[in-house]
Amino acid sequence: MLEVKNFACKYDSKCILKNINLKVNKGDLVGIIGPNGSGKTTFLRAVTRVLKPEEGTIFLEGKNIWKMGIKELAQKIAVVPQNLNSGAMSVQEFVLLGRIPHFKKFQFLETKQDFEIARKCMALTDTLRLKDNILEEISGGERQLTLIARSLAQEPRLLLLDEPTAHLDITHQVLILDLIKRLNRELELTVIIVLHDLNLASEYCRRLVLINEGRIHASGSPEEVLDYRIIEEVYKTVVVIEKNPISSKPYVLIVSEEEKNKEGKNRKGIKM
Amino acid sequence: MNKKLIHWSLIIVACSLTLLAISIFSLIIGPASIPLKKIGFYILKGRGTPEYSIIFDIRLPRLLLGLAVGGSLSLAGVILQGMFRNPLVEPYTLGISGGAAIGVCLNMVCNLHLTYGILTLPVSGFLGAGFVILLIYFLSLRKGVVKIQGLLLTGVMISFISSSFIMLMMAVSHTENLQGIVFWIMGSLEEPNWLLIKLALWLSVGGLIASYFFCFDLNAFSLGEEEALHLGINIERTKKLLFILASLLAGFSVSVTGIIGFVGLVVPHFMRMIVGGDHRILLISSFLAGASFLIFCDTIAKIIIAPMELPVGVITGIIGGILFIYALTKKKVVI
Repeated sequence: MLEVKNFACKYDSKCILKNINLKVNKGDLVGIIGPNGSGKTTFLRAVTRVLKPEEGTIFLEGKNIWKMGIKELAQKIAVVPQNLNSGAMSVQEFVLLGRIPHFKKFQFLETKQDFEIARKCMALTDTLRLKDNILEEISGGERQLTLIARSLAQEPRLLLLDEPTAHLDITHQVLILDLIKRLNRELELTVIIVLHDLNLASEYCRRLVLINEGRIHASGSPEEVLDYRIIEEVYKTVVVIEKNPISSKPYVLIVSEEEKNKEGKNRKGIKM
Repeated sequence: MNKKLIHWSLIIVACSLTLLAISIFSLIIGPASIPLKKIGFYILKGRGTPEYSIIFDIRLPRLLLGLAVGGSLSLAGVILQGMFRNPLVEPYTLGISGGAAIGVCLNMVCNLHLTYGILTLPVSGFLGAGFVILLIYFLSLRKGVVKIQGLLLTGVMISFISSSFIMLMMAVSHTENLQGIVFWIMGSLEEPNWLLIKLALWLSVGGLIASYFFCFDLNAFSLGEEEALHLGINIERTKKLLFILASLLAGFSVSVTGIIGFVGLVVPHFMRMIVGGDHRILLISSFLAGASFLIFCDTIAKIIIAPMELPVGVITGIIGGILFIYALTKKKVVI
């Protein structure tokens, strides 16, 4: 589906990403994790052609993305941004904007099909009841759902999400990630999701890619990547990795300075 | 879908009717008032009566120029505001008007219009506007990143610099040039040259049609540039083309009529509050409303201190500014 080969890019003549090699298969659900400023969001921006590559190539379904039309790319990749910066339109109008890449030349009005797709996407994300509300008036969680609905209206094959759960309470975190998992499973949508929260990433993603200082530090299943040695090295903080008793996925526990001092040199609490 | 279309048609019909009513109002009102009932009679009677020549030689050209310039200025305002996602951007605040003013003043001071004909006035205004546009363009689109605060400040500074230059020129120019400069700066729809009026009309209608090729791009721009790119918009190309289009509309208008401020700021703002942010309806309705607004202001300028006449730029400035402050206190500015 997506193949990144030897990719490097610069931003203000500073190297941000270096030597990135990554392959994402169709139907995969990949989580991208890493410390602040490590280049996670930059990676997403590179895939959507916002940033030009310094070297290397990105292939989408075997085609170089820089050799595709911008419109063609927008029909295949949809992005859910971190937050929404537009207020004065209704939820339905906003979701319909997602149909823009599919408009024919000289098409002036949305067709019945466009409305049908928008309705379906709103129903999927449980935002249909908000259809006539103004974006400014709905809550943060609902806005995030609306953003997802708009991306789905693009009918993409690859969905990119940039920290969709930031600033949300656990109800909405779970709601949104459950939704994404469902979309991934039922619509066979390939998903790449940038997440800050290691535990959410571990719980929901099939595969994790850990980016540190612009390079891929580790990648693999959550069990492989969320090793305490790797996490301590990258995040420069002491952690304990446990297992979630229900899903048996790895779970990262942090250790405060006070506790660290109590434990002293002897860190027997750390398990894999 | 049909509901939307009906709603939009109603808006367009309402705007057109307003424009029509204001046009008729401006044809019959003036120092020599012509009764509404008789207007058809005079038109049918043809050449020969003084009323006929008042309508066709004095008031109609003014009306048409008002339509073209009012439409162009507010269209340019909608485009620039949509592109930069800022409700304060318009030809006047970007300094485009100031640039045109310098061009025209230079022309007047050097007496070029006496040597090479009156048509050099709009040409030099257009050159001045073009210079400012290029300056702003290169200052703001460097590296493809538009820094909007910087852009607005640059525009305001250019306006200041150009008004200082104009004062300098006024200080050194002869008295016979002075009145011409002052009157031009204040903006007036009086233009004896039919060719220029026709050009302005064609340009404004052409600009309206051209802007419709970008209505979805402008809608996508309202989400921000990066998001527009994600929706498949070629943002660099679109920005360039829109910038050229808006500059053409504004530059030509300013060079024909002088500085008429606030039309491009106030009209789009109000239309956005009334019809919403969808550019498919916003473009045409702003065009019609801008034309109505300018013709209305011009009619007031004609009669308020009759038989003297005020420059229309003064009226648009006062009405526009007050309306804008009122709107700001009533409702948050959103785009």
